[in-house]
Amino acid sequence: MNGITDMGLCSLIDALDGKKLSATEATRACLDRIKATEDLNNFITVCEDEALKAAAAADARRKSGERGGLLGVPIAVKDNISTRGVKTTCASAFLSDYVPPFDATVVDKLKAAGAVIVGKTNMDEFAMGSTNENSHFSAAHNAADATRVTGGSSGGSANAVAARQVFAALGSDTGGSIRQPASYCGTVGLKPTYSAVSRYGLIAFASSLDQIGPFARTSEDALRVLGTIAGKDSRDSTSTDKLDLPDKLSGKVKGRTFGIADELLSGAASDVKTAFERTVALLEDNGAKIKKVKLGSVDAALAVYYVISSAEAASNLARFDGVKYGRRASGYRDIAELYTLSRTEFFGDEVKRRIMIGNYVLSSGYYDAYYLKASKIRTVIKREFDAALGCCDAILSPTVPTVAPKIGAQVDPAATYLSDVYTVPVNIAGLPAVSVPVGRSADGMPIGVQAIGKAFCDGDLLDTARAIETVTEGCGNA
Amino acid sequence: MKRKVTTEEVIHIAELSRLAFTDAECEAQREHLEKVLGYFETLDGVDIADVPPTAHILDAVNVLREDEVEPSFDNAELVANAPERDDGAYVVPRVVD
Amino acid sequence: MLRPTIGCEVHAELKTATKLFCGCKNEFGGQPNTHCCPVCSGFPGTLPMLNRKAVEFAVKAGLALHCEINRFSKWDRKNYFYPDLPKAWQTSQYDLPLCVGGYVEFTLDGEKKRVRLNRIHLEEDAGKLIHDGGVSRVDYNRCGVPLIEIVTEPDMHSAEEVTAFLAELKSVLKYTGVSDVKMQEGSLRCDVNLSVAADGAPLGTRTETKNLNSFRSVARSIAFETRRQIELLESGGTVEQETRRFDDNRGIGYAMRSKEDAHDYRYFPEPDLMPVVFTDDDITAIKNGIPELKDARCARYAALGLPAYDAEVLTADPEVSDLFDNVVGLGADAKKASNFIMSEVLRLAKNGDEIEIKITAAALAEILGMLAADEINNLAAKSLLADVWGSDASPRKTAEEKGLLQSNDAGAIKEVFDAVIAANKKQAEDFLAGNDKLRGYFVGQVMRAAGGKANPKLINALLDEMKGK
Repeated sequence: MNGITDMGLCSLIDALDGKKLSATEATRACLDRIKATEDLNNFITVCEDEALKAAAAADARRKSGERGGLLGVPIAVKDNISTRGVKTTCASAFLSDYVPPFDATVVDKLKAAGAVIVGKTNMDEFAMGSTNENSHFSAAHNAADATRVTGGSSGGSANAVAARQVFAALGSDTGGSIRQPASYCGTVGLKPTYSAVSRYGLIAFASSLDQIGPFARTSEDALRVLGTIAGKDSRDSTSTDKLDLPDKLSGKVKGRTFGIADELLSGAASDVKTAFERTVALLEDNGAKIKKVKLGSVDAALAVYYVISSAEAASNLARFDGVKYGRRASGYRDIAELYTLSRTEFFGDEVKRRIMIGNYVLSSGYYDAYYLKASKIRTVIKREFDAALGCCDAILSPTVPTVAPKIGAQVDPAATYLSDVYTVPVNIAGLPAVSVPVGRSADGMPIGVQAIGKAFCDGDLLDTARAIETVTEGCGNA
Repeated sequence: MKRKVTTEEVIHIAELSRLAFTDAECEAQREHLEKVLGYFETLDGVDIADVPPTAHILDAVNVLREDEVEPSFDNAELVANAPERDDGAYVVPRVVD
Repeated sequence: MLRPTIGCEVHAELKTATKLFCGCKNEFGGQPNTHCCPVCSGFPGTLPMLNRKAVEFAVKAGLALHCEINRFSKWDRKNYFYPDLPKAWQTSQYDLPLCVGGYVEFTLDGEKKRVRLNRIHLEEDAGKLIHDGGVSRVDYNRCGVPLIEIVTEPDMHSAEEVTAFLAELKSVLKYTGVSDVKMQEGSLRCDVNLSVAADGAPLGTRTETKNLNSFRSVARSIAFETRRQIELLESGGTVEQETRRFDDNRGIGYAMRSKEDAHDYRYFPEPDLMPVVFTDDDITAIKNGIPELKDARCARYAALGLPAYDAEVLTADPEVSDLFDNVVGLGADAKKASNFIMSEVLRLAKNGDEIEIKITAAALAEILGMLAADEINNLAAKSLLADVWGSDASPRKTAEEKGLLQSNDAGAIKEVFDAVIAANKKQAEDFLAGNDKLRGYFVGQVMRAAGGKANPKLINALLDEMKGK
């Protein structure tokens, strides 16, 4: 193919800076590609007019000598990130007509850096799910095999990058929602350290776990996007300014130490396991030290995650009541019916299940047994990660136990929760983690490896990702 | 801590959640809750004696804003998304105490 | 004998410039949803940013009310659905409030009484519903205004105690400058928890009557609820634990229909806000910012020679006390200023449960100065005060224009006096024979003949002279 859209983000910027290409041309190429591959269903909203306007503005800025940032780079944004004047639906019937009156801080930053937002991507409703099938706008189809899921919840963003529809995309990750679809679709997906990127304007699923992060084709590209969106925000009390990002990644392997925890390996499918072990061996061959680390309480992480995330979600989603924004059911006789009918009609099944779990664990009499206990174990898990990361640069694991399943294959919602087992501990501990493509399964599906870094060492973590990319370059099927 | 969930509990939680379920949905919710509560048994396997709950995953404190007025939002823009509005206000069926 | 046991939850809005979590103006009234932004209107994706001043004010109130300040304090979500609560949770404090303990002390019927406080926490106010026919309109202007909730122990047993407690609490909050405490504007509201039981018996089941917004309505609702519970128990019934309202127009209380999720508020720590931590130095700094409070002022007034009762009245409201201090600072005699303020100024300033001072210290000092110099008499001073009340007119000019200045022209008064004596020979004889009751009669007659402008001291002097004193 070797068209405009096959370039990486950094190569695109070079081409734009070298006047080989205009932002308008790049944007048109993306819009054309989105149209040509629209069956993938990666976008809920494509903002063609706004994008072309932004591209023209970027071209003008470049003409007047401006460089740097993401000037003129077409990018996609997950549809739970607020965009002023552009529908932000969270893939929910409830918000199918909702147009935010303000931009999320990350959107402000993207715009200031000259990025061109081409559209809002498909996702699981309110980011709850791991297949993108919980979307009111129906599932996205994996670009590697259209009969398979993209993963989720940020399925549209991961797949849009993999399908060359955009050069990068933003997703959000509460328990793996960036890393898991990145693994399924074969892109780099980074969940930054909790607090590194402002959450203002991200429609909250679980506030203490949610974090916005980039998808890109390479770790170098992801670094570029992270550098644009990270930083302390006066509108988010939980945001910080502690990242020290490098300009370039070294990708050096020699002298680095990677940890491996048995707890983050159990249950992996054989081709996933093979691809992971091959990656570890290649790192070792290239001079890295591999060390066993122990994460003894990680078995409880899934439970901790579902207690805390569901509790926070039940509260965060209570504001959707048919009064201020979103849909309102008809046929109510009083305010109580207005609430119940609207929420019953416009929330999807998975959202209802999470709200029910959340209100169960918070309800009178159960708080100590579930929420309080989970909150204490959270402390334990964080301590264990801190200890394990004290003796290595990053902990490596498969991102997901399997490759992307077939659309419609997941029938038991409770069983689906188990696919988050390697990713959720990271959110519980607030750490940065990245999924890097390391090859494909026998049937050609992408497989990712997860690297978990030290808090606020996101730059160093991307360097690990770069190292993995380097050693696994050209790796075929596992 | 094998927890059985009763239909009455599901109905109570549904009321707290402002959700309504048919009998079949209610049973599905009950089964799902029971399965998930089954996963939660792993919480009992961790020694948490003397462990404080995570008050916040970050250790920052005193994140405060100065008491300085910022312009409020345009009223029309704020209420533009409301399903029912009148004269700058959101409208709901009459609320009786 | 069944008697009531009462505890209160008092909500006071803090008078910060902005709301608790956003930069919108903290201002009473306005067109619906015009002091609002996505944060206080509960838009998805918005996050709170805590107002430093609100935290300081809450701690200030706590210190003035003798509370312990928690060195580590955090925020929690209180979850319930109601249209005036756009996020469907109120950001409040559950297990680690800013202030714990403390007390309010006051004198009732000559006895010192102390009501213990359980806690004071900081939280956000809800919006307002405007009912109109079949609909309610929702206005979030008040939404997010910082509130402190002051929770007492069940230490009170009568409406009189509760209103005295509220008056004292109101006074302290006003002194510290953290709240306007205007009950009719809703910046001070009271929930009353009440149960009845025989003296010495364990407490009965309590009810909560919410949102009372005047002393009168507090007192009436207590009387109503006490009677209702006693009648219920005496007729063999039981009291239900419930949330109630008091209808001021009909003078009756009633149980609320909405159950507010049966009090299952599902509290959990607010993940979007960081905890607040204080050092001893922080607390000392806030303490040093508290203005001179009532007790200190009372002591100062006693040193000026004012009776304890006067000091108590003057210091009940800081605006009154400030006025007194300023007037004395401008040269007025303390005792005279105190008398005039207590009798005349307070009469004009009382508006329901509030005190509204509508005269400057300079103007009042001028009136008192004219009175002291005999340029006006007491009656004229009263009328002059009423004339300049609420305006910025100069007292002296007004006195001139209205002809309130009195004459000290001894010759002119003597002329009028002589004419009055001549016209009242019989009475003059009686007066000289010792009927001193006629003194007032003559002063009045001379005053009338002089057009009300004669200095009564001079008239009295002439009467004395006539009597040969």
